[in-house]
Amino acid sequence: MKCPDQIIEWMHDYLDGDIAPDDEKRLREHLQHCSACSQHFNSLKKTVAFIQYASPLAPPADFTANVMAKLPKEKQRVRAGRWLKNHPVLTAASLFAALTVGSLFTTWNKEQQFSVSTRENVIIHDHTVIVPKGETVDGDIVVRNGSIKIEGKVNGDVTVIHGEKYLASAGQVTGDVEEINEMFDWIWYNIKNAVKAMLE
Amino acid sequence: MIMEMFVKKHIKAIQKGDQNAYAEIVELYKDKVYRLCYRMLGNRHEAEDAAQEAFIRAYVNIHTYNPAMKFSSWLYRIATNLSIDKLRKKKPDMYLDEEVSGTDGLTLYSQLPSNDASPEETVESLELQETVQRAIEKLPEKYRSVIVLKYMNDLSLQEISEILDLPIGTVKTRIHRGREALRKHLGHL
Repeated sequence: MKCPDQIIEWMHDYLDGDIAPDDEKRLREHLQHCSACSQHFNSLKKTVAFIQYASPLAPPADFTANVMAKLPKEKQRVRAGRWLKNHPVLTAASLFAALTVGSLFTTWNKEQQFSVSTRENVIIHDHTVIVPKGETVDGDIVVRNGSIKIEGKVNGDVTVIHGEKYLASAGQVTGDVEEINEMFDWIWYNIKNAVKAMLE
Repeated sequence: MIMEMFVKKHIKAIQKGDQNAYAEIVELYKDKVYRLCYRMLGNRHEAEDAAQEAFIRAYVNIHTYNPAMKFSSWLYRIATNLSIDKLRKKKPDMYLDEEVSGTDGLTLYSQLPSNDASPEETVESLELQETVQRAIEKLPEKYRSVIVLKYMNDLSLQEISEILDLPIGTVKTRIHRGREALRKHLGHL
């Protein structure tokens, strides 16, 4: 029996799932009668089964990490944006801090005048606040642009901004003593106070 | 549909420069891209290199991606072209080397979870896997790529035509010829 010219093509169209119904009919009829073509067709089907059978492969577990490590650095803007989105509290806090620092920077430079928060039981002498021997100051003392000499007792915190503190051997401070002479100290002091105020 | 939306959303983020979004895309396609490269190149090491490079190239060139095309098609196109480039650069003696060693595939397959098959059956199936892979490697690259895309990556003729930027008729002819060539190596088993 003579094989149709397109018989091989029909086989492939059939395997592609893309054969015209008429061609399929002719293919089937011919295969029933022609053992050579039938063998050819079977070996093609077997081949397809073999290659489809090839088992799935997986890349190594660290594949994605390796790709990511080799990518060019992403734009700063995006990274910053994502960071801000992922850390809303820190973002708010740093914004607050930035604004505070900004405003404090101005106050630090502006406030050059001597001032003291209390005038009770102290002697003020030439930009120096003296807590005399035997005297007791109840409450905190803040001295700006001046110094403090403590010979007596302070029941509270002592803070000196832009100045120095002298604590005599007999002097006594029940709270914290702090000297602030640098801008960063000043900023830190204000942030600390703000946080303290928030917590109280 | 959900998948396409997922990919679209991520592509937009990546185009804006968000690398984290890209990690998810890599996770999604790494198996398929790796498999494609492995079948094209025939060994694990080269396949890993090619697949990694394909993902890096896709990232770097993400701005040239045209959403009219499926993202996976675009990615497979990059991976296929890269694999073909690597095949062309391979020196002839490299082929010889691989034929002799052949351990690459073995260690790979032995890592697969063992099923109920007896050791004899496992060895037989490993040999068959090897035979299939070697037969694919004997195909000229233009037939190899269509066969790999069709049978290893299970893609439609339409998708293959998009990936390789060839008319469907050409894809068909190549598949037919590729199948005939493979039949000579595998049909008698």
